[in-house]
Amino acid sequence: MVEKALFTIMLEGVFVKNFLLIQFLGLCSFVGVTKDVKSATGMSGAVVFVLAMSATVSFALFNFVLVPLKLEFLRTIAFIVVIAALVQLVEFIVRKHVPALYRSLGIYLPLITTNCAVLGAVLLNVMNDYNFIQSVTFGVAAGLGYTVAMLMMAGIRERSNIVNVPKAVGRGVTYAFFVATIMSMSFVNFFGVIPLE
Amino acid sequence: MNDVLINSVAVLAGLGFAVGAMLVAASRIFKIDSNPLIDEVAELLPGANCGGCGFAGCAACAEAIVESGAPINSCPVGGFDTAKEIGALMGQEVTESEPEYPFVRCNGGKSCVTLFDYEGVDGCKAALMLCDSRKGCTYGCLGLGTCVRACQFDALSMGEDGFPHVNKNLCTSCGNCIAACPNEILTFAPDSEKVHVLCRSHDKGKQVKAVCENGCIGCKKCEKECPADAIKVTDFLAEIDQEKCTGCGACAAVCPQGIIEVR
Repeated sequence: MVEKALFTIMLEGVFVKNFLLIQFLGLCSFVGVTKDVKSATGMSGAVVFVLAMSATVSFALFNFVLVPLKLEFLRTIAFIVVIAALVQLVEFIVRKHVPALYRSLGIYLPLITTNCAVLGAVLLNVMNDYNFIQSVTFGVAAGLGYTVAMLMMAGIRERSNIVNVPKAVGRGVTYAFFVATIMSMSFVNFFGVIPLE
Repeated sequence: MNDVLINSVAVLAGLGFAVGAMLVAASRIFKIDSNPLIDEVAELLPGANCGGCGFAGCAACAEAIVESGAPINSCPVGGFDTAKEIGALMGQEVTESEPEYPFVRCNGGKSCVTLFDYEGVDGCKAALMLCDSRKGCTYGCLGLGTCVRACQFDALSMGEDGFPHVNKNLCTSCGNCIAACPNEILTFAPDSEKVHVLCRSHDKGKQVKAVCENGCIGCKKCEKECPADAIKVTDFLAEIDQEKCTGCGACAAVCPQGIIEVR
């Protein structure tokens, strides 16, 4: 197999295989934290950090501990432990330095632990046999893709508060689901950007 | 087979131990040195985060009370009881103040001419920006319920008569509705202030009569009648000086429009 160029991995993570809109991973926060752009930005920042860190740590853990001991089957539980610890670390940092953000994120911050986007990214790294640089790149790219989708969604929902939304579409979460559908369909168009191998 | 078993347990236990140690270290590094008093005061506050005190929320209010000397009765929602508890905690005495409730200063409603059906962005502010009120009177209540939506405590409801009604049992005097009203129809009034003018229109009498049956026409009958000299008509609108008002109700008896309310 030809090694994938980093740029391709980046494009895949951000657009072609966007975690929220194409792979439908981590949708909880996609609806929960997109009521305003500010908390969506904070959440995205936290997810990017956790993704980059967990891609790094889980790569080391998998290749230097699990593979030599032939314990690859333990990867899910091992990665979950790593992610949970990193989320806890982020929570400490956010609570100490950005208390306002900590309050606005609320329950969604600890929920990054079970956010399948994070676990999905590190598991995909392993499945695709990415090397270290590729893994970290894919982690960051997945985070950026998450950020792109979150910010678009939050921007649209913020503006929807002051316009007349047709009654059939409804407001609040119903409206968010409609928007998510349309955004997801438009992201499908990125499939053509990278030719299939 | 045994190797795999032992290795699995060892790896997971080791991982758990390493991660646990890391988290303990992190919690030491990122420990928050906060005054424990702030948390205790925050516990006593209602926790509605309505912003009625003027701070960003209950936690911010607690911090302001403890750190920067905000008054212990800063919270209008908790009222006297909360202030007393905080006072006990902080070692300060608190005197009781009379509760104030929002009060609707318009009596137009259905009797005020509606010029057209408004179907734009929902809310008084938007309607006012778009077309200077949908009512004949530009001073009065638009009845689109911006104040009702501003209330976090369900204390306001839009009545059949086109006015917001205040449920004093639910009202916490946070002032969000008063801030939300673009026409300044709502104001705080304690129950001890008995007499109120239910109109805000500064239009001339003839103009008022053309659009509203229940508007102040500025006839000055009340001004002449008042024994305490408490009522003054300025710019075609009667206003009551609550300091001087004795609550006798003589003004209400002579008002030809019946817009002076005695509670």
